[in-house]
Amino acid sequence: MKYDIILAGVGGQGVLSVSAIIASSAINEGLAVKQSEVHGMSQRGGAVLANLRLSDKPVASDLIPLGSASMILSMEPLESLRYLEYLSPEGSVISAVDPVRNIPDYPELETILAAIRSLPRAKLVEAERLARQAGSARATNMVIVGAASHRLPVRVETLEQFIRRLFEAKGAQVVETNLKAFRAGREAAA
Amino acid sequence: MSEMVLLGDEAVAIGAVHAGLTAAYAYPGTPSTEILEYLIRHRAGAGRPLATWATNEKTAYEEAMGVSMAGRRALVAMKHVGLNVAADPFMNSAIVSIHGGLVVVVADDPGMHSSQNEQDSRYYAEFARVVCLEPANQQEAYEMTREAFDLSERFHIPVLVRLVTRLAHSRAVVKVADARAENPVSKVPSASSWILLPSNARRQWRDLLGRQKDFAAYSESSRHNTLELNRERPEIGIITTGLARNYYAENLEELPCRPSHLHIGAYPVPVDKVRALVNSVGKVLVLEEGYPFVERTLRGVMPLQVPVLGKESGDVPPDGELTPDIVRASLGLPSRSGVSIPGLSLPSRPPQLCAGCPHADTFDAIKLALAGFEQPVVTSDIGCYTLGALPPYGAIESCVCMGASVGMAKGASDAGIRPALGIIGDSTFLHSGVTPLMDAVASDAEMTLIIVDNETTAMTGGQPTILPSSRLEQVVKGVGVDPAHVHVVEAHRRHTQANAEIIRRELAHPGLSVIIAVRECIETAKAKARDRKKRDAPAS
Repeated sequence: MKYDIILAGVGGQGVLSVSAIIASSAINEGLAVKQSEVHGMSQRGGAVLANLRLSDKPVASDLIPLGSASMILSMEPLESLRYLEYLSPEGSVISAVDPVRNIPDYPELETILAAIRSLPRAKLVEAERLARQAGSARATNMVIVGAASHRLPVRVETLEQFIRRLFEAKGAQVVETNLKAFRAGREAAA
Repeated sequence: MSEMVLLGDEAVAIGAVHAGLTAAYAYPGTPSTEILEYLIRHRAGAGRPLATWATNEKTAYEEAMGVSMAGRRALVAMKHVGLNVAADPFMNSAIVSIHGGLVVVVADDPGMHSSQNEQDSRYYAEFARVVCLEPANQQEAYEMTREAFDLSERFHIPVLVRLVTRLAHSRAVVKVADARAENPVSKVPSASSWILLPSNARRQWRDLLGRQKDFAAYSESSRHNTLELNRERPEIGIITTGLARNYYAENLEELPCRPSHLHIGAYPVPVDKVRALVNSVGKVLVLEEGYPFVERTLRGVMPLQVPVLGKESGDVPPDGELTPDIVRASLGLPSRSGVSIPGLSLPSRPPQLCAGCPHADTFDAIKLALAGFEQPVVTSDIGCYTLGALPPYGAIESCVCMGASVGMAKGASDAGIRPALGIIGDSTFLHSGVTPLMDAVASDAEMTLIIVDNETTAMTGGQPTILPSSRLEQVVKGVGVDPAHVHVVEAHRRHTQANAEIIRRELAHPGLSVIIAVRECIETAKAKARDRKKRDAPAS
């Protein structure tokens, strides 16, 4: 078993937290994991990409080869389309619908969403709305983890356990909000 | 033996701690920053070893040399271009007899994710005639860092550990072993081995040259240099170094056979192992991250025994970083394609100044002040404000190396361009801007320097500057800039007009002026507010 995930988004959206939750859960379940992150200049409001590789055998490369990602998981619709060349023909795309319009030439949102819908196994999630309903827009990234959870090769209980662990220092209410967001995302993508 | 999930940088850091580190020094620089960040956090919890930021890579290196002279183990970490700054102590530390282990970890940035060049630090190790270790994964980053300290003490040389971005910033599980105790303080037995007067230096240099055979013998027998011969398939042999081994492994099972393979993780290049490979194959493909260092060693200038394929032959791209797909193509495997949507073209999303960034307000003031000048020059430097090169600002005309904005503004002024304006950040100014400012003071150069002071080292994640922001004005006046032409202003949009006026007035002054535009980085201000909130929150 090998499951490669391209994580995409814009600097500041919490892409690395998404990656950390899935990676920790996979390690906990005995999988081999490599998680390649982008630090430094690109984080300043630019496109952010992380490569997360899960496997039941040791993982050699930190980078995902072209055409072999099982999933593109994106915090932002335009960014979900940027790395399609890495997606396996059998892979799926899960993206938030909420655009980050910090560039002057951001395309018509409907064009972007239609392009995503045209892909087989694509799922668009109203991540920000669901996060607000759960209690905070800051939990948007956990909605995305929830939406991905059906397809990830880790148990949902393990994901929830690591969401608790990531947020426990911030208090019981933050943990609850993020778990709610996770479950809302899971339900939306069911 | 326990397991930790670590970035390559963090594996280096904990490897150093477990090797009995006494002190670590660095200046922040992507992709090396997380080494010291980890050690500083570790120290906050454990109390030891010492881990501090330094003014620049040279001062960091010199502090580490002092630790070594006292018989204790020191780590100095930097990005590749940082070693240019520290090249003087690095080269000369190879000549002295290193006492306590001295390890210099250099993170190269092939592909220039966050750098101005992609120089390959293996050349520096060879230049200094010392040993270099190149980990291919996080586990090796941990183990090689530990081993580097032992090698440094065994051979009395600094040992260079070369990382690249994709290892520095990739996380995996690392098995860690028990920690070794720190060395006790014990001064070098013979001071003359550290006093590089010509008579001593000649002896030390001959001694270093005499030990090259020991380094070669180490490299030949190192477990990091592995040779697997497959005499059944003599057509091609593969040499990998560093991360290239991973990309090779990624494609290996699709190859019709397993070629003979030499992996190099320890330098100098293990010559006998290379010869053993070359003698049993019809051609050699060299896969290495960075410059064609091993490839050029093989090529030399004499006729080749077998064809050598690599970056110089065009079989591997000469620039940028390797990927599994580049290695795949060089192995002759068909490319894999992913998904595409015909006709879809996406705008790029480059990094940009954050909303509310003080630099943006300073750039607005500068543009106003420069309006109407026929041929001004605006030199700039390394930091977040380099993004002032991009739209909508288009406000700077150079970014070369740390501190260059100051000397270049003076040079452009010397050459006759008026007005000449330099823009530098507070941390970069303290790193390398003070010395060229003294040149400008000495000749009262007709130029204006704007220090954009956001009270932090922002681009690398908000490390504290080496001196508090409030002391910059004293530094500038202290080196002799005329106090009548030193201004401290607030970099805020409500002052844009007034600040533009001050800049304009100083541009007209026929001598040196310095304007310090101060406002805290919006990101560090937010982080501090979050910390305050956390502190003040009632315990639940």
